[in-house]
Amino acid sequence: MPKDGGIGASTKRREDVRFLTGSGHYTDDINLHGQAYVHFLRSEVAHGELKGVDTSAAEAMDGVVRIFTGADFEGIGGLPCGWQITDRFGEVMQEPAHPVLAQGKVRHVGDPIAAVVAESPEAARDAAEAIVVDIKELPAVIDMKEAVANSDIKVHDDLTSNLCYDWGFVEENRDAVDEAIKNAHHVTTLELKNQRLVANPMEPRVAVGEYSAGTGDYTLYTTSQNPHVIRLLMGAFVLGIPEHKLRVVAPDVGGGFGSKIFHYAEEAFCTFAAKAVRRPVKWTASRSEAFISDAQGRDHVTKIELALDKDGHFLALRTDTYANMGAYLSTFAPSVPTWLHGTLMAGNYKTPLIYVNVKAVFTNTVPVDAYRGAGRPEATFQLERVIDKAAREMGIDPIALRRKNFVTEFPYATPVAVEYDTGDYEATMAKLEEIADLKGFEKRRAASAEKGMLRGLGVNCYIEACGIAPSNLVGQLGARAGLYESATVRVNATGGLVVMTGSHSHGQGHETSFAQVISDMIGVDADMVEIVHGDTSKVPMGMGTYGSRSIAVGGSAMVRATEKIIAKAKKIAAHLMEASDSDIELKDGQFTVAGTDKSVAWGDVTLAAYVPHNYPLEDIEPGLEETAFYDPANFTYPAGAYSCEVEVDPDTGKVTIASFAAADDFGNIVNPMIVDGQVHGGIGQGIGQALLENTVYDENGQLLTGSYMDYAMPRADDLPSFSVDHSCQTPCTHNPLGVKGCGEAGAIGSPPAVVNAVVDALQRAGHTNVTHIDMPLSPSRVWAAMNS
Amino acid sequence: MYAFNIERPSTIAGAVDALAKDEAQALGGGQTLIPTLKQRLASPDTLVSLTGIPEMQGICTADDGALCIGGATSHAAVAAGASAYPALAALAGGVGDPAVRNRGTIGGSLANNDPSACYPSAVLASDATIVTNAREIAADDFFDGLFATALDEGEIITEVRFPVPEAANYQKFLQPASRFALVGVFVAKYADGVRVAVTGASEDGVFRWSDAEAALSGNFSASALAELSVPADGMIADLHGSAEYRAHLVKVMTGRAVSAA
Repeated sequence: MPKDGGIGASTKRREDVRFLTGSGHYTDDINLHGQAYVHFLRSEVAHGELKGVDTSAAEAMDGVVRIFTGADFEGIGGLPCGWQITDRFGEVMQEPAHPVLAQGKVRHVGDPIAAVVAESPEAARDAAEAIVVDIKELPAVIDMKEAVANSDIKVHDDLTSNLCYDWGFVEENRDAVDEAIKNAHHVTTLELKNQRLVANPMEPRVAVGEYSAGTGDYTLYTTSQNPHVIRLLMGAFVLGIPEHKLRVVAPDVGGGFGSKIFHYAEEAFCTFAAKAVRRPVKWTASRSEAFISDAQGRDHVTKIELALDKDGHFLALRTDTYANMGAYLSTFAPSVPTWLHGTLMAGNYKTPLIYVNVKAVFTNTVPVDAYRGAGRPEATFQLERVIDKAAREMGIDPIALRRKNFVTEFPYATPVAVEYDTGDYEATMAKLEEIADLKGFEKRRAASAEKGMLRGLGVNCYIEACGIAPSNLVGQLGARAGLYESATVRVNATGGLVVMTGSHSHGQGHETSFAQVISDMIGVDADMVEIVHGDTSKVPMGMGTYGSRSIAVGGSAMVRATEKIIAKAKKIAAHLMEASDSDIELKDGQFTVAGTDKSVAWGDVTLAAYVPHNYPLEDIEPGLEETAFYDPANFTYPAGAYSCEVEVDPDTGKVTIASFAAADDFGNIVNPMIVDGQVHGGIGQGIGQALLENTVYDENGQLLTGSYMDYAMPRADDLPSFSVDHSCQTPCTHNPLGVKGCGEAGAIGSPPAVVNAVVDALQRAGHTNVTHIDMPLSPSRVWAAMNS
Repeated sequence: MYAFNIERPSTIAGAVDALAKDEAQALGGGQTLIPTLKQRLASPDTLVSLTGIPEMQGICTADDGALCIGGATSHAAVAAGASAYPALAALAGGVGDPAVRNRGTIGGSLANNDPSACYPSAVLASDATIVTNAREIAADDFFDGLFATALDEGEIITEVRFPVPEAANYQKFLQPASRFALVGVFVAKYADGVRVAVTGASEDGVFRWSDAEAALSGNFSASALAELSVPADGMIADLHGSAEYRAHLVKVMTGRAVSAA
């Protein structure tokens, strides 16, 4: 019997009413009195020396308020990087300056050179076209291996090379892994690319800066996943504004997928310019601008080797990756190919020896940072692809090979520094076999063959580390921030609750699911609970939303604050009923004295807290508001098993997803419908990566896929109806809700299933030389593979 | 976009006059021109909208049986109204998405002659006649390479006349991102022979595959193509497919069109 409220109920998303009726309130809906508009003049070349920027003609044009260039930002901080990696030799990474507006050089197409503030967007754009830029174009370096090998072209002249860092993990295992691979019965090697993706949230980025000359207060409205982080980074490191004089608001945000975590130049510019011109300053990105200014994702080139004994037991794993950083270090870029990637290389398997090498490289391309999954999809893809290849080479069923190597006892300490608290990989695999009817595959394959189609089956597992993370641990790993979350629960006199959470919601449905948790804990209707987020002036502190951390970390903070509320409310109730605190029970919104028929309602207690006529004033203060900060003890480890069946058209190479099934273990679940939606969206993005999406630069650094004419986004008719199950639940052992997080699983788990399925289809059709095809598996690539 | 003036004449004559002015540009459904303007890649002084001219709207059948489509008729209207020529209606119903089909026009598509557009293949395979304000142009004389046609400056496509074939079909293989034709093949069988026109594939724009026409005129069956191949020379090569792939797809799509016709 499904619940109709509280934890476990598929409550409809309350925020959808405003999103679906056009009454959402996005950053671009914010228009302030007297606001001016900014247009950024961006570099059209990937690498060049700025000889001069002549703004004189542009400044004389109608409607121009002021034009800014890099010179206006001399002496002002650049955009900071939030994570420092220490390399295999104990040296810290190379960290270049990242100016708000280009100084001396431009380093990628889209690098902002000048900013025109004008009375209208059109006037700003007109004037930007009249700016004369004297630029000496330099040869660009695009290919990562060439960037490392070719020291003639340096993205940053003041660095010793284009290598940001050369990271080894676990460095002490290096020799043992080499030795194990050398001596193994069988070694499977796979070279692959995890291609660069553009995040493409539906809402492009927007920033509105405001300055009050009367108070000296700044406000930035921005499309962000974590306004407090922006306040800290921009205030402390770029503009020198103390946090108490700077408010950052991220109202409704139309999707982020990671790309709105980071602090961007345009945010700093609008805040800075608002003071300089004494007017609010607004910037709204065009889609074309988003393609060349939003941080992009993935872009790894990898060689992976898996050593097995004669029975198929994994003995050792070695992986060497080149990870593209782009032209500058975006806020959390260095952490993605290292701590979010290397630590996941054990996957669901008890491989005793693992060594991960990552070379992070600067190139003349848009910066790369976290994108849905962030490092974990790259880890999962290579691992699950090499396992499939090994199974084929050794003649072992790919599911059986995985089962043979599953971690089965928990907690499990991997050789890559993390400890899985719970999991049951056999259960999710068995569930997958059931929901995907894997036994029926041969029958379906025969039916496809009747139509002349090549059917293939791909299966894989995944694990991810979510709920990032214990602050003391990430501090040791190089994070320059803590990774707790905070929540304030404010109870009003009439019993309603306002929860101010540091977790930002931009599609995840927090306003619904967080309210369900509170509703469950207190026993009041969810409509009595308001979830407030996205405003630094309302929420005490927030590290924001990414890494599937909101319910695990933000939700836990909210639970802790609510527990404090309940404890205090029980004292008030005890006073009202002249009983002992310890005898008070709270159920369905009623406080009762255990073993008696005495009761007072939730509303009686909250009213007493604010009208304390009959109140234990000598013991507790009036009012009912509590704050908690929650710092997790460990990551959470969602895991699952995915399968995909494809049909390949042998004449054209076109791949059609015939079916897709996902069996996930997310621990406890607050709202199953929202979880379904998160998994659906993630699978959609994963299939997008597997079949469609690709970010291509030419050798001069021009982005060839800078619009939807050439960048293929997944559409509804590219996807089948998914079969999704999350009934396998091993609750997280270290957070109060027992939750693990579900936001990225679909994007992490799905690409290898698709590629495994296509390779399987071709192998079964006799194309035995096709052991891998790099994503996206476009019709032309699949056809080329079949005809190679 | 840059600022521009717009005129909305209600007659062909009025449109011709308006287009005679300096820096005037015809505007059909705007599905190519408006994005171009938004990117500031064109800066016409005046746009002359052709969609408010009743005599350029609608579908009718001529005395000789040809299907006549007004130059400003939308793809959606053709999809819904060209039941006399089902393959053409199906083609129109597969252009872009509903928003594109409700704004885009047949005349606009043909005048633009995008090398990946669908309509040029139907016009060429049907040996259609392009009627302008000044003359009638045979399909074989109309298309002149990428984005180029026989139209003179200021000349307007007022109508397109399609002889209705005995059998026809259009097969489009989608470019994954834009969903334009990576390769599109229109096959039309008439009493006096078969015509095969290919869009999306060639660096010279839409073309007739004459070897296939000869083979299919003798034997209207996909098997008639078995011995044929399309040379990769001159085929478009880009991110979405090599020249060899496109050449291969021409044959595959032609066979499918014949089978489906």
